[in-house]
Order: sequence, then structure tokens, then C-alpha cells
Amino acid sequence: MKCDVCKIREATVHLTEIINDNVTKLHLCEQCAKEKSQEMEEHFGLADLLSGLADLAPVMEEKKEKSAEVSIKCSACGFTFNNFRKMGRLGCPVCYEIFGKQLSPLLRKIHGTDSHIGKTPAKKDTVGDKVTLISDLKARLEKAVELEEFEEAARLRDQIRELEKKEKKEGKQ
Amino acid sequence: MKLEDFLYKKSEWLRGTGPKSNIVVSSRVRLARNLDKLPFFNWAKPKERESALVAIADATSKSKFTKKSLFLKMKDVSEIDRQFLVERHLVSPEHVIDPEYKAVVVDEKEIASIMINEEDHLRIQILQSGFNIVEAWNMADEIDTDLSKHLLYAFSIRWGYLTACPTNTGTGLRASIMLHLPALVMTNQIGKVFQAISKLGLTMRGFYGEGTEAIGNFFQVSNQVTLGHRESDLIEKIESIVDKLIKREESTRNILMVKNKEEMSDRIWRAHGTLKSARIITSAETIKLLSVIRLGVDLNIIGGIDRTRLNELFMLIQPAHLQKIEGKLLSAEQRDRKRADIIREKLQE
Repeated sequence: MKCDVCKIREATVHLTEIINDNVTKLHLCEQCAKEKSQEMEEHFGLADLLSGLADLAPVMEEKKEKSAEVSIKCSACGFTFNNFRKMGRLGCPVCYEIFGKQLSPLLRKIHGTDSHIGKTPAKKDTVGDKVTLISDLKARLEKAVELEEFEEAARLRDQIRELEKKEKKEGKQ
Repeated sequence: MKLEDFLYKKSEWLRGTGPKSNIVVSSRVRLARNLDKLPFFNWAKPKERESALVAIADATSKSKFTKKSLFLKMKDVSEIDRQFLVERHLVSPEHVIDPEYKAVVVDEKEIASIMINEEDHLRIQILQSGFNIVEAWNMADEIDTDLSKHLLYAFSIRWGYLTACPTNTGTGLRASIMLHLPALVMTNQIGKVFQAISKLGLTMRGFYGEGTEAIGNFFQVSNQVTLGHRESDLIEKIESIVDKLIKREESTRNILMVKNKEEMSDRIWRAHGTLKSARIITSAETIKLLSVIRLGVDLNIIGGIDRTRLNELFMLIQPAHLQKIEGKLLSAEQRDRKRADIIREKLQE
């Protein structure tokens, strides 16, 4: 069977599209299928945007990685990243760690940043948490300086200072 | 205390006496919190939902702020009473759908309420009359701190308080201020205000109705961003922007009074006349007319009615309130009649 679009190459991809009960069947070669899928992705991109959850996955990522991302599963509650894409809600607190890499750009998009400053609870499980945070912040500070994002850098610097001060204080106690 | 006691008591936030209450109806702060080691409510299994409910109920019974409060399991509350709680802004509309494992804690003055097992395990809410957002935050902060001594919250140093929806992550704080802006609507400035607000990281919604088509000129302004700013900064920001909105509304009212006094007073008295005479009236029409009368009271065009009574009317004319007053279920037509009766009675007082 020849490809419906280019009518030259052999069709290896078979698509069935149903729009308002109209069934269209398409037989495509690999190359034309790729083009078609890009078109569809743009289409879905718009839907995502409308639902307010655009670009849940980083844009620059390879496609292969994307499909792997969707199937990442939270070890604590069994929630998948695909569930999140559908529902816009996470399964449990551990999901934040598991999907951290995918959530960070989303949080930056929503809030303009992905790091919390402000209140901390009276009782918490934070063994070693602070040390990791400071080193994480320092890495981001370096990056910000490199990119000449000085406002962000200044903010990070203050945050690190504050944390280090707190740590010293707690150390003395 | 029983739920029934609320009916003829005016909610604290409807006192109509807080700062700038000519324009600001109420100030609300809500904190979203979740328990560590448990899935968020919507993904939790029945047993996990139950254990979140038990743990939080236990904590609220110990906290000095909530131990005397009314504790209601949503499944024990009748359909009408659930709606009644929604109308009084003590629970969200989502909280009454599928009531199993859900509860609400309400203090006597109806200032503080805690929804248990809404989208997040805890939604702590403070609702104050007038322009009182700082005080509302301080109260929410205190209650939250106290509860956190009894509960282990889901919290990460990097992302702050973890919530079911990433739009609430970080501080989990949503500050909302309900404003009455008739002059900005009459002079077609409200569209610009909407645009400006959204550029400032805040959102504005019609309080009744949708978008700019808000009924009764009531709008709710709230912060959109919850992560990366201190709570006090978020509060300060919304406070300063709302302050500008208030000034704008006030100056526009003054201009209208100078330039269009006669038209204004005609409009206001006509609204008053309709409400005092109507025998059948829908809630949409009521809200629209009460808004105009409220403006008349603020501008001293109408005397003898105080804002508290008007605020109370806004509350009483809602479907569940009407049915509780009547003590039975009413059809929409019956409600429209009952509503008109109550309005006439209250405006005669």
C-alpha cells in the first residue's frame, strides 16, 4: 500500500481519526507520519495551554525521554506522571520528589520560581535537608551569575546567607 | 453549639464594620496543608482518607483555637445544610460533593473554619469583615502553627508546603479580598482594572456570575502565585494593590456624585422602590438591586438602612437560607416569592 500523502513510499503507519463521528483512515509512510504527528502535537499543545497546564514536560527534551517520563511512577503511591497530565493534581507528597525534574519547569512557569521562602512547620522531618538545599542553592547561584541574571543571583545569595546563619544559630544551641 | 444557631446570627464577616467596609466586603486567607506519609485526598484509599480525618479531628480537638469549635462530618449534614454552609462561605462547593470522609470545623463567630479532606487534607480559612487581610493572615498563621504541633505536615525545604495542585505549592496561601466596585463598573473602567490586576500576579473574578459580567459589581481579588515569596510579602502586595483599587473607586464615586448626582439618585431610589414592592424576585435581580442600594447607603443618598442589614440580606436571599427560614424544601418559584417577602420585611424595619 502506498502512502496517502506522498503517494510514493510504502505506507507503514496506519491512523484512524475520529472527529465528531466522522471516521477517517490514513495510511502513511514513516516520513509523512512524522510530519503529521508534529501537526497533531501542536494541536494538543493548544489544548494543554487552554487547560492551563502547558508544557508539563520540558520543551527541549528528546521525544524518547518524553514517553519514558509519562510512565514514571511514584514509588510511594503508584501515581504516574501521565495521571498528573490528565488530572493536574499529584498523588502524594513523595510525587514531588519523584517527578521533581518535570515539576520544576512547571512550578517556575506558574510561580516564576521553584523554591520556597517563607514559613516552615513547627514539626518536620528534615534530616540532612538543609545541607542539600544550601548546596543546591549554591549551584543555582553559580549558574545565575554565569547567565548574568543578577537579580536572581542576589536573591539566591540572600537565601543562602539566611540559611547559613540559621544553621550556625542552631549549631550553637 | 449547633448548626441551627448560625441561621439568625450574623456571620462576623458580614458585620459590615471593618476598615473600608464601604468598598471591601470581606478579607479571606486560606492555607492549604497536607499530612506527611499519606496520599492527597483525591488519590487516597478509603482507609487513608479515614486516617487523615481521624488525625486532623484529633488535632483540632487539642488545639486551643479549635477545641470549642463546631465539628461537622459532612455525611451527617443534610443536603440543605451543606448548601447552607457553602452559602455562608464556610465550605467550598467542592467540599459538599461526595461528602464521605469530609468534615468542617467552624468557630462560634464563623471567622475561622477548617475544611478537612477537601482537595488538600486541611484548608484553614479566616474570613474577616472589611479590609482586614493582615489580621486574617495573622490569625491563620497562629492556628496553623498551633495545629502543626499536633500534625506532621507534608513539607519540603525546597518547595515548601506540598499540595495536591502545584498552583498552591509553597506557602499554600491564598488571600482573597471581596470588593464592591459599582462606580468602576458604571464608568467602564473595570475592564482596564482586570487587565492591570492580571499583570501584577493577582487574579480578579466576578464574585457572582462569570468574568466581567459579574452580577452586583462584586469582585474577588486574590494572589495567583504561592511559591517563592514570603507570606507577609504576598499579603502586603495584595493589600497595597487593593488599597489603590479602593482609592480609585472612591474618587470615581466622588466624581459621579458631582457630575451625575441626579441620575445616580434616580437609579438608587428606583432599585429601592423595586425591592420594596416586588412580590416575586430571582436572586440575580436581588443581588443587582441590593448592590445599587448599597451604593446609595455609602453615598448617603439613602438613609435609615445600615450596611449590616444589607449584608445580611445578601446572605438570607440565597436558596438554602430561604429554605431553612421556611423550614421546608421550596421550589424555585416558591423561593422567588419567599425572597421577595423577606426583602420587603427587612427593608421595612
